[in-house]
Amino acid sequence: MNYFPDEVVEHVFDFITSHKDRNSVSLVCKSWYKIERYSRQRVFIGNCYSITPQRLIARFPGLKSLTLKGKPHFADFNLVPHDWGGFVDPWIKALAKSRIGLEELRLKRMVVSDDSLELLSKSFPNFKSLVLVSCEGFTTDGVAAIAANCRFLRELDLQENEVEDHRGHWLSCFPESCTSLVSLNFACLKGEINLASLERLVARSPNLKSLRLNRMVPLDTLQKLLMRAPQLVDLGIGSYVDDPSSEVFSKLKTVIQLCNSIRSLSGFLEVAPCCMSAIYPICENLTFLNLSYAPGLQGNDLTKLVQHCRKLQRLWILDCIGDKGLGVVASTCKELQELRVFPSDPFDAGNAAVTEEGLVLISSGCPKLNSLLYFCHQMTNAALITVAKNCTNFIRFRLCILDPVKADPVTNQPLDEGFGAIVRSNKSLKRLSLSGLLTDQVFLYIGMYAKKLEMLSIAFAGDSNKGMLYVLNGCKKLRKLEIRDCPFGDVALLEDMGKYETMRSLWMSSCEVTLGACKILAKKMPSLNLEIINESEQLEFSLDDRLLVDKMYLYRTLVGHRKDKPEYVLLL
Amino acid sequence: MSPPLLGVEEEVQSSVSSPSVECISENGMGLKERNYLGLSDCSSVDSSGVSSNLNLATELRLGLPGSQSPERETEFCLLNLGKLDEKPLFPLLPSKDGICSSSQKNVVTGNKRGFSDTMDGFSEVKGYVYTEKSWMFHEAGSDSESPQSVGHGKYPGNSGVNVILSTRSPGVQASVKQDEPANVLQEQPRATNGTSLKQTVISNNTTGAPAAKAQVVGWPPIRPFRTKTLAASSKNNDEVDGKPGPGALFVKVIMDGAPYLRKVDLRTYSTYQELSSALEKMFSCFTLGQCGSHGTAGKEILSESRLKDLLHGSEYVVTYKDKDGDWMLVGDVPWEMFIETCKRLKIMKSSNAIGLAPRAVEKSKANNKKEFGYGC
Repeated sequence: MNYFPDEVVEHVFDFITSHKDRNSVSLVCKSWYKIERYSRQRVFIGNCYSITPQRLIARFPGLKSLTLKGKPHFADFNLVPHDWGGFVDPWIKALAKSRIGLEELRLKRMVVSDDSLELLSKSFPNFKSLVLVSCEGFTTDGVAAIAANCRFLRELDLQENEVEDHRGHWLSCFPESCTSLVSLNFACLKGEINLASLERLVARSPNLKSLRLNRMVPLDTLQKLLMRAPQLVDLGIGSYVDDPSSEVFSKLKTVIQLCNSIRSLSGFLEVAPCCMSAIYPICENLTFLNLSYAPGLQGNDLTKLVQHCRKLQRLWILDCIGDKGLGVVASTCKELQELRVFPSDPFDAGNAAVTEEGLVLISSGCPKLNSLLYFCHQMTNAALITVAKNCTNFIRFRLCILDPVKADPVTNQPLDEGFGAIVRSNKSLKRLSLSGLLTDQVFLYIGMYAKKLEMLSIAFAGDSNKGMLYVLNGCKKLRKLEIRDCPFGDVALLEDMGKYETMRSLWMSSCEVTLGACKILAKKMPSLNLEIINESEQLEFSLDDRLLVDKMYLYRTLVGHRKDKPEYVLLL
Repeated sequence: MSPPLLGVEEEVQSSVSSPSVECISENGMGLKERNYLGLSDCSSVDSSGVSSNLNLATELRLGLPGSQSPERETEFCLLNLGKLDEKPLFPLLPSKDGICSSSQKNVVTGNKRGFSDTMDGFSEVKGYVYTEKSWMFHEAGSDSESPQSVGHGKYPGNSGVNVILSTRSPGVQASVKQDEPANVLQEQPRATNGTSLKQTVISNNTTGAPAAKAQVVGWPPIRPFRTKTLAASSKNNDEVDGKPGPGALFVKVIMDGAPYLRKVDLRTYSTYQELSSALEKMFSCFTLGQCGSHGTAGKEILSESRLKDLLHGSEYVVTYKDKDGDWMLVGDVPWEMFIETCKRLKIMKSSNAIGLAPRAVEKSKANNKKEFGYGC
């Protein structure tokens, strides 16, 4: 079988970088398994409870980069109680004890403590990169430890984390000898920072390519920072408020002209619209623009800005841009691949800022569109069918109609046909989120056509178990299925229990699943963990099997029940 | 963020006592949506028949999903007139500082309880819907196309509970509709108590978002980090703008007796005349009969004190709070100076304005005093 010495095979494997491919390679034969595991440097673990750190360390002694995800996706929307789990501490402790030379740690939806961060910072001399997304449990003291102790830190990227801000001058903890920073993102921190320290840090970081500031960094500091770092590729602006006639502002205008490497722009957490004109010069080269946290910009401001961004590939924006504004995007941004439109006021339908019209305009103007997240107040089947005709490259299609069961307002029909058209024409669709009034029919279409679908999010949809069954039977590549408030019950859950071993996880909340069915499933499938999350006090598990389970989280695992579950979680 | 509409209900209509009588709107099935959010669709202040009733742009409806009276239908059509791209005269949006900001607190707990009670009821109802197919949706929907399947009539108990509050006089059919549905709604929770593991929907809504708005937990699916940040940003932007400088200059406008405040951007006006017209338009619903007699286009503005005169016919004076915190009469200083010092506007009854402008008080006493009603 093996005509080549191991070193050659290993060298060949160096060219195989995707996790999927490396996983496949490791299954070919024992020899390849061995070669692969010793040469593997990057590991991705989509569910931190599917494996233990000890087994990870045992298998991949050459590990350098670890990505971990903790809570299920619906935790983002308050459906998972506090303290459910996803603690990174045991991982860091185990890695620290081992001889792993960890260099990069990327966490998503995990609970991180200051102690873990400190341990992390002190245990790995070559540690280079920390990326935390939607994590919680730590304060700026933990961040300070990272800054102080990681001598070769290249990347400190905090995205949308809930961080308790102690205003403890964490920025000043970067030693003067630290000159290796390439990426610094602290936009999610709410507290003040030492501006002088920030300026000095940027001044001594010649490799700095990405800098995202928080709202406490004022415009005059921004101007000084840009002077020091005209080589920036990615800029996140904190506060952008000044008088357009001020001297500082004209200095900013001048210095921005020098920053012709900027390809990605975000932030504007505080903004005075009249200052936006200074940005126009860099708009020409932008490929990513994120204004989704800038409610201070009105539709007109957004439109004016976007008109300059002809090379834009990714746009994240608030719905106050309006359908007309999206029309401007459609006619300007011909390279657009990804669009995310967020609601500026999710609980107020009065300002119905974007509707199906905006989406149709985008679909006809932007032929390269492959990823969509669209919050709107209404959608019609006709619009979706048109979008499906115009765009056949969707990989991600997430539509959120703010009223969860809203029908097509023109025909009063469910949106089955519209979504059906989308899945029929977009054969590469990997991720789909549904909303609006939907019957079992839409699931029939999904099962029939969405053959590459990996993640499906369903809410308030369907009529019967058939809906869920269509999906489970039809979507062979399904990895993550999350369902809330749908009439799917035991029959659907138990029909094909083996299916769940091919998936990462299944979430069902406020559906029709009974405790009895959960017990059956858990008993039959020891390779799955079935968690029942129950917070109400009436929970007396004296246990009538007919009781409906409110939240169920099912995931495959190699290591059985987790030891850190809170009281309100029942592991069957 | 939008305030809870039940607060308005409590303030305005004491006849509605139980918090659990919330109108759960029907969706799809050819039946019109009863969307509490629909109140913002009503640009219909200019629709004659309805305007006087929609002063607060809210309408209390206590019907069951799908239940509607013909009158409601018409009215809803009127509500629907407010197309998205029309600029309503009164964009009666429940803004952050808008409806019931003051009553938000007292509503929270009551609403929560009511909502979860109802939700419990409807959570259980869902069981009925899918097994027995005998739920009220069908009956109520008899006047529309027949439900294709249960699913169409489905009201998953957790989706947006919609409340439309009305300030219509209680004599209208709203009260007639109240009794029946209310009873039915209330029966359900009792009947199904304690037999399910289903939690109350509101159980862990721990974000900063006002839970009292009859929201569904976790809907819309937006990370709390985002909603919190946006809310903080908006607040900051407003505050930033409160200082004279570039950008909009929003100040709150309070009107004596009005249930909610408004905000105006002083930078969009360049004279007192313009401000006065805008204020009139904004608050005309609270001062019936006063519109039209002012805002005299073409008339020359004699002096900055024109504003005083204009509004004095209506018993009201416009005052503002300046940088020092003092309440001053609007119109004394040049416009530019005014916008630099104005922090808030208040439209007071002349009788309360004693000391500010004695002339005004006398003037208004001399006029025929008219009835003012908001919310009839």
